[in-house]
Amino acid sequence: MGEFRMPSLGADMEKGVLTSWEVSPGDEIRRGDVIAVVETDKGAIDVECHETGTVREFLVEPGTEAAVGTPLAVIDVPGEEPAAGAPSSGRVRISPAARRRADELGIDPAAVTGTGVQGSVTVADVEQAAGGTPTPGDASGAESIRRAIAGAMSLANREIPHYYLGSAIDFEAAARWLDDYNEGKAPDEQVILPALLLKAVAVSVLEVPELNGRWKSGAFTPSGSVDLGVAIALRHGAGLVAPAIAAAETLPVTELMRHFRELVMRARTGRLRSSEVSGGTITVTSLGERCVDWVYPVIQPPQVAMVGFGQMTRRPWVEGEAVVARRVITATLAGDHRVSDGRRGGLFLEKLAACLQAPEQL
Amino acid sequence: MNETELRNKILEVLTGIAPEAAEVDLDPRVGFRDQLDFDSMDFLNFAIGLHEELGVDIPPRDYPRLATLASAVRYLQARLGE
Repeated sequence: MGEFRMPSLGADMEKGVLTSWEVSPGDEIRRGDVIAVVETDKGAIDVECHETGTVREFLVEPGTEAAVGTPLAVIDVPGEEPAAGAPSSGRVRISPAARRRADELGIDPAAVTGTGVQGSVTVADVEQAAGGTPTPGDASGAESIRRAIAGAMSLANREIPHYYLGSAIDFEAAARWLDDYNEGKAPDEQVILPALLLKAVAVSVLEVPELNGRWKSGAFTPSGSVDLGVAIALRHGAGLVAPAIAAAETLPVTELMRHFRELVMRARTGRLRSSEVSGGTITVTSLGERCVDWVYPVIQPPQVAMVGFGQMTRRPWVEGEAVVARRVITATLAGDHRVSDGRRGGLFLEKLAACLQAPEQL
Repeated sequence: MNETELRNKILEVLTGIAPEAAEVDLDPRVGFRDQLDFDSMDFLNFAIGLHEELGVDIPPRDYPRLATLASAVRYLQARLGE
């Protein structure tokens, strides 16, 4: 049997609200099907299941808040023992964040009355027990997304020993290639500059595998594929999400562009999928649209590197003995010293600059 | 298609990209970039939506002419009249 649990849709996520079931008991489901919608700090997410089988029963009703890891449904998986029903547990149900807070405040979680799902102890319960101010309840979407960002970025700054590198890259060849490529194309076949940058990062990072993967339980696991996180600003300062495009290194630029466009559209108007919000192995941020020349990114845990791009500007550029006008973009890399160092990071920027000189091969 | 119909079509496409376009009172002479926080991806989606709704092909060099509601109406009127 399999249990479908409240997924962790980001390093900082503690809990989510099950908004709706997209399947019914008895339904056959396949790995990757969207089976539920979960409301998180980052908005509503379509949650996909990881197993193929039959939905046996729901353990949680829509509208219920549940801590990460809470079983939500039982899935019968062919060839396995039928499910024994709802799980029970003798130990204290408590989220990692609440346990941390309890440690900080010197509170024994077992002595706290839990108000979360199935009596689980939440951060608010711990703080209540300590006589402190409970965390604010239902914040507005923008406030809660801002809190989620602050949580993830605080974690990053606390735990990741960042180093930063930057390099101005001659973008003339790539800019010309883009102009030529788009000429005469229908809008839905066009490629915009950030898509080309994404492909260049995906290809270049293959050469420096210690920038692509996840840091978990005190060790780095490199990833076989480049699941490329893309920082997408929501409108009017409503926050930032960084969903991922799976195996971006294998996609032709046009295909990558299509995924990218869909992601932006869904991030800003509709819903993202669970495999997108939790799956990145390295992330890219492009801030060139608002006159930013360069950015020093904060790495998204559990990833170990992030790449930033500033605006494309015309700059004097020395070629041979002459100074010529060139379109230039500054790329920056934030790396994690637990896994890599500046020399390896520099190799990545070198590969990135090199592959942007031959955009037709991307 | 008269100007009001065209304007409504444009607003429909805009709302698909930025749902808040339906709620704010758009100033036709101020750029979508400032009013709706549009970026290059939004302009591309705008061009795609207009292409689907109106059958007008919009080359990238013409995107600057879609910058405001007023300029988009003018540009599309001209293209539809071709």
